[in-house]
Amino acid sequence: MTHGNRRLDMVLILGAVALTLLPWYRIEGGFFGFGWLAGFPLSSEAAPNLLQIAVHGRLWLAGAVLLFLIAGVARGMADPMRRGAVLAWVGALGVLFLSLQGLAISLTGWTWTISETLFGPLSDGQSSMGAGAVLSAVSFVLLFAFGLAERGVMKGDAFVVSSISLLVFLVAVFVFYPIGSMFIGAVQDFDGSFNPDNFIRNMQDPGIWSLGCLTGGTRCGVAWRTLWLAIMTGLGSTLLGLAFALVATRTRFPYKKGLRLLTILPIITPPFVIGLALTLLFGRAGVITQGLSDLFGIEPGRWLYGLTGIWIAQVLSFTPISFLVLIGVVEGVSPSMEEASQTLRADRWRTFWRVSLPLMKPGLANAFLIGFIESMADFGNPLVLGGSHGVLSTEIFFAVVGSQNDPSRAAVLATVLLCFTLSAFLAQRLWLSGKNFATVTGKGDSGAHIALPRGVSIGVHALVIPWGLFTLVIYGMILVGGFVKTWGLDNSLTLDHYAKAFSISFEGGIAWTGVAWNSFWTTMEIALISAPLTAIVGLLTAYIIVRQKFAGKNAFEFALMMSFAIPGTVIGVSYIMAFNLPPLEMTGSALILIACFVFRNMPVGVRGGIAAMSQLDKSLDEASLTLRANSFRTIRKVILPLLRPAITAALVYSFVRAITSISAVIFLVSAEYNMATSYIVGLVENGEYGVAIAYSSMLIVVMITVISGFQLLVGERRLRRENRVAGVTPSASSHQEKIA
Amino acid sequence: MITPKAGSVVFQNVKKTFGAFTAIPDLSLTIEPGTLVTLLGPSGCGKTTTLRMLAGLEHPTAGKILIGGKDVTMLPANERDVSMVFQSYALFPHLSSLENVAYGLESSGLSRKEARERAEEGLALVGLAGMGQRLPAELSGGQQQRVAVARALVLEPQVLLLDEPLSNLDARLRRRVRTEIRELQQRLGFTAVYVTHDQDEALAVSDRIIIMKDGEIAQSGAPRELYETPASSFIADFMGEANVIACEVLGIDGNEAQIRVGGVEHRVPAGKAKLGAASLAVRPGAVTLAEGRGPGLAGRILHSAYLGDHVEYEVETDVGTLFIVDHAVDRILPAASDATLGFKTRGIALINA
Repeated sequence: MTHGNRRLDMVLILGAVALTLLPWYRIEGGFFGFGWLAGFPLSSEAAPNLLQIAVHGRLWLAGAVLLFLIAGVARGMADPMRRGAVLAWVGALGVLFLSLQGLAISLTGWTWTISETLFGPLSDGQSSMGAGAVLSAVSFVLLFAFGLAERGVMKGDAFVVSSISLLVFLVAVFVFYPIGSMFIGAVQDFDGSFNPDNFIRNMQDPGIWSLGCLTGGTRCGVAWRTLWLAIMTGLGSTLLGLAFALVATRTRFPYKKGLRLLTILPIITPPFVIGLALTLLFGRAGVITQGLSDLFGIEPGRWLYGLTGIWIAQVLSFTPISFLVLIGVVEGVSPSMEEASQTLRADRWRTFWRVSLPLMKPGLANAFLIGFIESMADFGNPLVLGGSHGVLSTEIFFAVVGSQNDPSRAAVLATVLLCFTLSAFLAQRLWLSGKNFATVTGKGDSGAHIALPRGVSIGVHALVIPWGLFTLVIYGMILVGGFVKTWGLDNSLTLDHYAKAFSISFEGGIAWTGVAWNSFWTTMEIALISAPLTAIVGLLTAYIIVRQKFAGKNAFEFALMMSFAIPGTVIGVSYIMAFNLPPLEMTGSALILIACFVFRNMPVGVRGGIAAMSQLDKSLDEASLTLRANSFRTIRKVILPLLRPAITAALVYSFVRAITSISAVIFLVSAEYNMATSYIVGLVENGEYGVAIAYSSMLIVVMITVISGFQLLVGERRLRRENRVAGVTPSASSHQEKIA
Repeated sequence: MITPKAGSVVFQNVKKTFGAFTAIPDLSLTIEPGTLVTLLGPSGCGKTTTLRMLAGLEHPTAGKILIGGKDVTMLPANERDVSMVFQSYALFPHLSSLENVAYGLESSGLSRKEARERAEEGLALVGLAGMGQRLPAELSGGQQQRVAVARALVLEPQVLLLDEPLSNLDARLRRRVRTEIRELQQRLGFTAVYVTHDQDEALAVSDRIIIMKDGEIAQSGAPRELYETPASSFIADFMGEANVIACEVLGIDGNEAQIRVGGVEHRVPAGKAKLGAASLAVRPGAVTLAEGRGPGLAGRILHSAYLGDHVEYEVETDVGTLFIVDHAVDRILPAASDATLGFKTRGIALINA
């Protein structure tokens, strides 16, 4: 009870601060500019809740005050069950009240006509929620959690209940609320009234659904083209990935280590860079195009700009991911199965076709679906290579930023895209789960994998060697590209591009004169802020999923995992639709970028955390609990030290992904907060390939430095036993989630 | 000096369900302060669930739990005055054994220095003085076990919980460690609740044994009581092997009862016997075996196995097939030969149920 009182007091104080000391509404110039202190506490912009009610006549805000007062009274109650019930109700009602009043009353008064007829018109509206409102929302969530904890939920563990409540709250606000707003935005007119005309018109648009290419003549709709591209990319990357995996595990190929290096490439490559490099090779002014034209007089064509080009770029980008997934699958096939097959008079060929390959089937299906989802979500390559033959993700972008400016169309396209990816995700989760034949048991599975049949062996080498070389050439292009004057026209070497991007002048102190510095530093800053947040949120989620049992846990996990299958473009669109107007206004700020990264990159932490935590014996937590430590201390003293590798991995990957991601970011950047990737895309659009490539290779170098730096830093572990967390490598899982 | 304060334990109509599965339907029990009580039973009988509810790692669906007279039913594990030795020891692999032992003390708010001193004392108590800097991985299995015990004991809990503490040790070490635990418990006088599925272990260490089956108490009592007067065929078979056969109670004469088994009459301790048909638990060693036919129960050897210091037989009789242990290793009756069976005075008990 004493613990209960102390934490309750803290929250009540927090609530009081939120009501009396902080400006309730959003400060236009930014809260941390502290410009509001001048007008505090009386001005309409900076007044806290109580003064908003008393001085500015915003009477509806009294609801929050009333609820806090009830909580304050309840503090004195003796019976923990009753007190818990009151607190939980106050918390739940408080969150509900804040969201309802926020949605119902906007800048000019009531949002909904029904409320206006019910309560009469309002003289004054309200702007977006600010520090006071946000803090009181958090306090309400905590009151709700403490109430439940006092009623013995989760064995009375307040920390765990609070974490779950806050996570659910955050995911609801930053994932489901935007998606919901997007759906609603699709059927709304400019003034906010219900009008499905635009939605219906867009839904029936032949530009989306036309099947003209089958009957001949016209082109197919963008939905079908995207689907077709995704299937082809899935097939291509799975086939190549399997070939690479077989070469890496079942042959005597001399450069296996090099092959494995391939798997880190997609992590450090900004998603459009492959497309960029392809243009330098095969574009109209590309080296190879020009070479062929000079040698054989072949007319330079535009074949690269379209589905073919995007397909090549995507297969190049996603083969390493599929390779990584399939290494595990191929190695997971138990050698004793193959040996059993051989003792049953099957030759190598029959063993491969009848035993090894069927055992790999679920893994192959999984790799295909990953490739499929990646391709659907890919934004960078289609943007660079798509030309007029766009796919869904780029069409969404142009529907928002282009001359069309048709949010309803963007919402419809995003819905279609979301349906495709979610179907693939559901297929992956429901249909493939439990169908895993990969037979890695704890028992010593002796025996060796048999060699590949001759025909297969020749086949996979024939695929792997040229494709591997091609990949090398592509990356070579990226590194060299920045040093060449103008590709195709003037191939002399130069440092101009780097100078333009990264020049520094020392006249009178350091001046960052290069054009790239601004976005570079913003990127670093945002990535550095969001990386630890991502790791914390992700690992906390993992802890809850692995270690805690509660009603609705499966639904919680499922909704969370599903939110990861939402393509970045869809997130981008939904964020600008949701966070552009009250009650929550964040567009143009750094906050929206950080929120976007945290909730998009969470899977890295969650997957890595789940993998690592599943290997920690649950009795360690329990031992700590019986030794008088609460769950917070348990996490800090026992779990975190044992999860250090997973934490590092989560930090590094979320940092790196914040740097490389483009699809959601491009919607959210502003003049003040421009990110490196969207800046590079802008360069590409202006035809400044040289600078773009130079900047990209700089980013790659920075990321390699960061990754290896972290690896050195983490360094030695103190434990002797090797099986502790068996070198947690979250890479395998995180790659699966990498949806640009 | 480490002086645990012995507390009592009371379960009042405790019920525990996991979803649709009822692990404990309705459990009430009382454990006296300063005693070592064993929860014994086959796997899935609810003994570990009971222990975990006592520790606060599970919360009961209904009912009350009292420790030292205080209601702790809804208290989380870290606020209860109990500590636990885990089956896997659950030593924190990244902390040295001293840090492991000091962990709980620091959680309870002791200063770092104080906690260290007490931890040293705890290690000395289990004979590991000077081993404090070693990591768990650098200790042998038996030493790890002792660190786990020290870690739990230094908190001076009202009740010490031991969850199959010996199951990760090899057979020889197991005997020594169980003696140490019992010796420590008697010396310091703390209350201990000990979970095991091994009846030898239970017999060796306990003041009282509670045998559980399907979440309910099948029988509880002193080791000797359970062994000699089992209340049911389940207990009889679980506490050392037993042949359960049908018999008839002919008469009760004070503490003794006259019974008939097959064609043979015999006197056994009466217990709560009633006249008429009853069951009889016969320990494998409580049967005498003679060659050929004679006065007594007629039998036919089905199978015999020589095991060094004794011979095991399966013998077919009118009352069923009996499993018999015979120490006459010089004379082994071959399979398919006739034999005559008799009953010794000890190792035979009437079962009421």
